[in-house]
This record gives sequence, C-alpha cells and structure tokens, in this order.
Amino acid sequence: MLTSLFIYLLAVALAPLFSAVITKTKAFLVGKQGPPLLINYYTLAKLLKKGSVYSESTTFVFQTMPVISLAVSVIAILFLPIARMPALLSFSGDVILVLYLFGIARFFLIIAALDTASPFEGMGAAREAYFSFLCEATLFTVLMLFYKLNGTLSLNDYFTGPNAISIWRPEGAILLLIAIALFVVLLAENSRVPVDDPATHLELTMIHEVMILDHSGPDLAFIEMSAWLKLLFYATLIADLLLPELSTITAIPAFFAVITAIYLTIGIIESITARFRMRLVPKFILTSFALAFFAVILVLEM
Amino acid sequence: MADFLTIQNGRPFKRIQVPYLHFSEFRTNLLKLAFKGAEVVQFFAYQEDPSIKEVLMLGFNAPSRDFFSYEEEGTVQLMAVLRKDHQLFAVQTTAPETFDALSRQDMRFQLFEREIAEQFGLIPKDHPWLKPVRYHANCRGVKDVFGNDYTQDIPGNYPYFQVEGEEIHEVGVGPVHAGIIEPGHFRFQCIGERVLHLEIQLGYQHRGVEPLLTSVPFKRLPILIEGIAGDTAVGNALCFSQAMEALLNLTPDDGAKTLRTVALELERIANHVGDLGALSGDVAFNSSAAYFGRIRGEFLNLLLVMAGNRFGKNLVRPGGVTMGLIEDSRNLILSKIKELRPEIKEVGDLLFSAHTVQARFDGCGVVSREIPLVGVAGRASGIDYDVRQAFPTEKYSEIPACLHTRTHGGVFSRAMVRFEEILHSLDIIERLLQRPVTTQPVVWTGEVSLASSSCVTTLNEAWRGELSHCVLTDSRGGILRYKIKDPSFHNWTGLAMALRNEEISDFPLNNKSFNLSYCGFDL
Repeated sequence: MLTSLFIYLLAVALAPLFSAVITKTKAFLVGKQGPPLLINYYTLAKLLKKGSVYSESTTFVFQTMPVISLAVSVIAILFLPIARMPALLSFSGDVILVLYLFGIARFFLIIAALDTASPFEGMGAAREAYFSFLCEATLFTVLMLFYKLNGTLSLNDYFTGPNAISIWRPEGAILLLIAIALFVVLLAENSRVPVDDPATHLELTMIHEVMILDHSGPDLAFIEMSAWLKLLFYATLIADLLLPELSTITAIPAFFAVITAIYLTIGIIESITARFRMRLVPKFILTSFALAFFAVILVLEM
Repeated sequence: MADFLTIQNGRPFKRIQVPYLHFSEFRTNLLKLAFKGAEVVQFFAYQEDPSIKEVLMLGFNAPSRDFFSYEEEGTVQLMAVLRKDHQLFAVQTTAPETFDALSRQDMRFQLFEREIAEQFGLIPKDHPWLKPVRYHANCRGVKDVFGNDYTQDIPGNYPYFQVEGEEIHEVGVGPVHAGIIEPGHFRFQCIGERVLHLEIQLGYQHRGVEPLLTSVPFKRLPILIEGIAGDTAVGNALCFSQAMEALLNLTPDDGAKTLRTVALELERIANHVGDLGALSGDVAFNSSAAYFGRIRGEFLNLLLVMAGNRFGKNLVRPGGVTMGLIEDSRNLILSKIKELRPEIKEVGDLLFSAHTVQARFDGCGVVSREIPLVGVAGRASGIDYDVRQAFPTEKYSEIPACLHTRTHGGVFSRAMVRFEEILHSLDIIERLLQRPVTTQPVVWTGEVSLASSSCVTTLNEAWRGELSHCVLTDSRGGILRYKIKDPSFHNWTGLAMALRNEEISDFPLNNKSFNLSYCGFDL
C-alpha cells in the first residue's frame, strides 16, 4: 500500500514534467532548443501567484469548473493501478465511476464555456461534446472486452492479481488493437494533434484551448494541471497494458520508461503530421471504435 | 477604341487627351468594355481645380449643349482605367450627384463605386449592396451617403448581413485578434461548422493616406508611401517612383532598374516564404513552419544588405536608387541564394508531399476564376495575369514568365503558386546579378515641379499582386489627386467567397493562403 501511495504521489508530481517531454520533442525535431523541461512547473508557479479575473457575465459555474476538473483528475488516478501496483481505492464497478467522473468534469467544462457567452467557446464546447461522445463508444467497447477477459468491473483487478490483463498473455495480440485504440482516444481526449492543436492561438479552430480562454490565474493553473493528469491517466492505462509482470523494484523504472516512450510518440506524431480537417476527426476517432469492436469479436470466439 | 485613350504603364499623358464623355456615354462604354472581358485597374473620383476644368471643356472636341447643362450639376470628375489584353484604356467624365450604378450590370465595379460614394458623397443609384468601405466622412463635406455619424465606432449604423433560422449561429471575430495581426472584423453566419456567409469589415486602420499625399511637401512623399503597407514598401515605392519619373521626365539608369527589380523580388520571396511557414503552422505541421520561418529571415537580411534595413525602405526613389551594390554585397546575395535554393526546395517538398498536409490544403477554399482576383490568388484560380508579363517595367521585359502547375483555386494552389514564384524569383535575381551592377545613387529632395495637368498610372506586380498608383497633377505642377489601389482591394472579396460552404475551422488557413493587407486596403 505504501508503495502504491508513493508511486501515486510520484506520478502526480511528475505529470507536468512528462507533458514538457512532448514540447521538448517537438522543438528538438524542428531544430529548436525548446523550453526547459521544468517549464510546466514554472507556469504553474506563475499562474498560482496571479489573481483570477472573472467576466461580469459569468456565474458561479464558471468559477467552480477548475476545482471540479482538478478534483476529478486527482480522484480518477486513485482508482488506477500505476505500474501494476494495487490501486489506492477500488471496488467492484469503479470503472464506470471513473469514466463518469471524467464525464462530470467534461460537463462542467462545457457549461463553464457556455457560461461565458462567447461564440468561440460555444463552438469549442460543441466540438468537445461531440468528439468525447465518440470516444466514449470506444472506451465502453474496451470495457466490454476487459470484462470478457477478466470477469470483473474494477480497474484494480484488470491490472493486478492472477487474472491481470497484459499483452504478454496469450490473448496479447488482440490487446495490441486495444492499445492502439486507447492511444487514439488519448489523442482525442487530450486535444493533441491531429485532432486539436494545443499550440494554436486561432480561436476558430481550437477545441480544448478555446474553452478555457477566459480562465486566468490559479483557475487556469488548476485546469492545466488537470489536463496533464488526464493525459497521464490515459498514458498509464496504455502503459499498464504494455507492461509485463515485474517485481516492484523493476516495475517502477520500467513503467516510467514506457510512459516516457508514449509521450515521445505523441511528440513525434505531432511533429510529422498536420491536423485533420475538423470533419475528418469523427472518422479518426471511430477508427479506434472499429479496432476495439474488432477485438471484442475476436475475443468472443475464444 | 476611339472612346478611350490607350495609355502605357508608367507613361505620362496630358489629361486633356483623355476622352471626356457625358456620364451616360461613359457608363455605356465602360460596361461594354467590361463585358468584353476588361478588368478595372482604377476607377475613382476627383475634384478639379476650376481653372483647369475650363480648359478641359474647351479642349474636348464634341461637347453637346446638353452636355454643358448637365455639367453644371456635377462638380466631381470620375476617371476610369481598364485593362484588356495587355492594353490600358482611360476615360473620364463628370459625375452627377446621383448616378446609375455600374455595378447593377457588372459586379467588378461594386467596390470602386462604394469607395467613390464614401470618398466624395456621390450616390450610386441602385447599387446592389451599398455599404461603407473604410468608414470615414467624405471629403466634400456633403451629406453622408450612409447616414453615419463618424464619432461612433465602426460600422456606424450599418446592419451586418444576417442569416435567420433556428440553427443559425453567428460568430464575430476581431477587430482585436488573438494573434499579432492587423485589425479587421470578420462575421460568420454558420450552420453548425459550415459557413454560409462571411462578411469582412475593414477600415480600422484608415489614416487618410490619399488626401495626405496631396497636402504634404514633396520631400515627405516617399516616407509616407513606404508606410502605406509595411510589407509592400518596395512595391509602393516603385509605383510612386515610376509615377514621379514619368511626370519629371527622368529615366533611371540600367543599374538602378536592376537593383529595383532585385529588391522587389527579394520582398516577394521573403513574404512568400513567410506565408508558406504560416500556412504550415496553421495546420500544425511544425517542421516546415520552423524552417520557412528561419529562411524568411535570411531574405530579409539580404534586403538589409541592399537597402540598409530589413524591409527594403529608403532604397527606391524617383530617378533610381539611393545606394548602389558593391561587389561584396552582390557576391553575398548570389552565394546566399545558391545556399538557400536547395533548402527551400527540400522544405517545400517536405510540406507538399506530406499527405496530412495535402488532405488539409487540397480542395479547401476554392474560388472560381469568375471572381476578378489579381496576383497570387488570381493565378491560383487560373487567371493568367501577371503585371510583370502584361505591363513590364524595370527589367521585367527580359524575364520569362513563371509557369504554374496547380490552378484549381484552393489553398493548395495558392500555396503552390507561392512556392513556384519563390523559385522563379530566385532565378530572376541570379540572372540579373550575373554581372557587376553600377548605378549613380540619387537623392530625393522633393524640390521639383511636376508636368502640369497630366496624369500617369503605374502598375507593378507587388508580392500580393497588381499594385497600382495613379497620379493627377494640377495646372501648377502640384499633385491634384493621388490614388492608390492595393491588390487586396480586389482580393478581400475572394476570401469571403472562398469561405462559403467551408468549415469555420478552416478560416485561418484560408486567410493565411490569401494573406491580404489591412492597412494597404484601409489607406
């Protein structure tokens, strides 16, 4: 349990660093030096020192969103076995809770965006609602598959214990499809290229960034932190799937190595691809659903 | 073409030579010529000083009695310059206070007529969409055509075009933008992500350049001209200098012509390279965005070598150039071009061969060739018009045309045309700088008297497209009217058309692919 707590705190503390890995990779690949690896901590420190500005047209909804968003991310990771260590919290059916925790965060993100009455934020909210709804299809299909393989409804049981799911088991080949599907969901849910461009400043094309345009100071710090944790959540899910059975001593460095590899992959993808046209994004996300669905069909035959 | 005076690019003519027609005849003739495929280069109003007007009237060969009685009604003259098949045609008239709009028959006149209405308070009757161009009071102090009180903010009492319907939503962007760009207001009528209509409102940077140019001492003119649009400093200075040379009967020496051509091409390359970088950045294709960004700087540095500043200001002056090019600089430019050409080709290849980029660029924002666009956007739509070929000045008559392979009118074509023009311009510079360049530097003191009662129209292919200045002088050799037309004047309409039925999220990409001037339009 103590190890679990240790690795939980470590992972949460390192989430901003990992995100900086993406920035650094992108900078390196175009021949730039890029910002320092600790840039996100500096950003957090800077934002926390500032005050928040609220538009007169917004209500309490706008102000509660950052807190809820951060709380959800912090809680969701509690249920996740990091590096295949037992999760800090767990009960039967917690997967459903975790998925809908993110649903709550998204709900508040969307209504806070609508609360500003800005046409850009409204557009961003509409896109976010549409795309994440498509991601949910994939996630629940993955869940069906996990239930079929494992027989439980708990994240903890999926990745720990004798029945743990891993690509190193006989059905591993099928799980590779799931790893790819989850990676697509990761890109879509965390507004990465080719779905969204986190570096853009163009209010008409953004999805996630446009919804938080009006947030500032500590509020923005909370939102940023929550976004980094959410990215870490999805990366951890994929890493757990990819990790073999290891002892505690080797599992932790192996886990962080896999996480770094995932973030590097995101950085490389962002450097070599352009963004998709908005109307192609649903097709891209539904590809992940197709992969997951195919995996389910294959498992049904087993 | 007896109804028109055939004029030459950059050649002066006495205004008395230009046929002076009754308005109805003027209107019919212009429409007839436009119907045959002529495009409008200049169409503007000006006020005559009274002494000259009399002379003009007497000089005109067939004024009917009817003409004179009609004449008393109007105090504002109209002048039009049209182009057709590499020829320029000029004609003038006196406009009645209210005249039948030409744009009812031919849309190519619509923006020019709105400009006339705004600048001189004339009413183009039955104009299909009479709205302000830049939002300022007219220069005659007569009743405002649009009924605006100019102490209020843009757009005054103009109601923006609105689409109604349950699922229609309106998005307004600007005039303050998230990026470092000039101010302009864009209003989208959308259904979901699809844009039904885009309305562009400019005028936020109106400085009154045209009246200013007729009121300041000649000495200050070049500085003001180079400030019309900072990214087209060489282009505007060239148009101005050619006009002054025409009116002063000056001929720049061969070396000066070479350097002016080289400077204009360097300006073109720097801007095109920057645009390709910006286009890459817009679709989140980082590598070419970064490389093109750096290469743009290299070309600005070459302008620094030539002009002493990175934007080519203070180089082109009436009569020649302000500084020659020493051998070291010439060799530096040539060696830089040799070094950069393969880099540009490589980065361009990276950009245009990436399939994700192709998926974004291809078929996006297609503009039909029926929209009268000029320059890069026009050529990308298959309009075969390049001032360097049609009305060559400086060294351009010796230079072969640039051939374009993609002319489908979309973002991909506009990007490709830019890329091909960059390589073409590199060839031009290499060719012109093969031999040492010698020139006698000139100084513009402004202590001159221009040819009286004359007119000159200059056209040059600035990097955006056809840039035209038209200068009219009065009987004492002062400037009566200075008319500037930036290529953006034609092309903003193209951007609005490109967005129809596109996704709103593709607007920034389309906007960059046109990259039009705000201040060049606003004047």
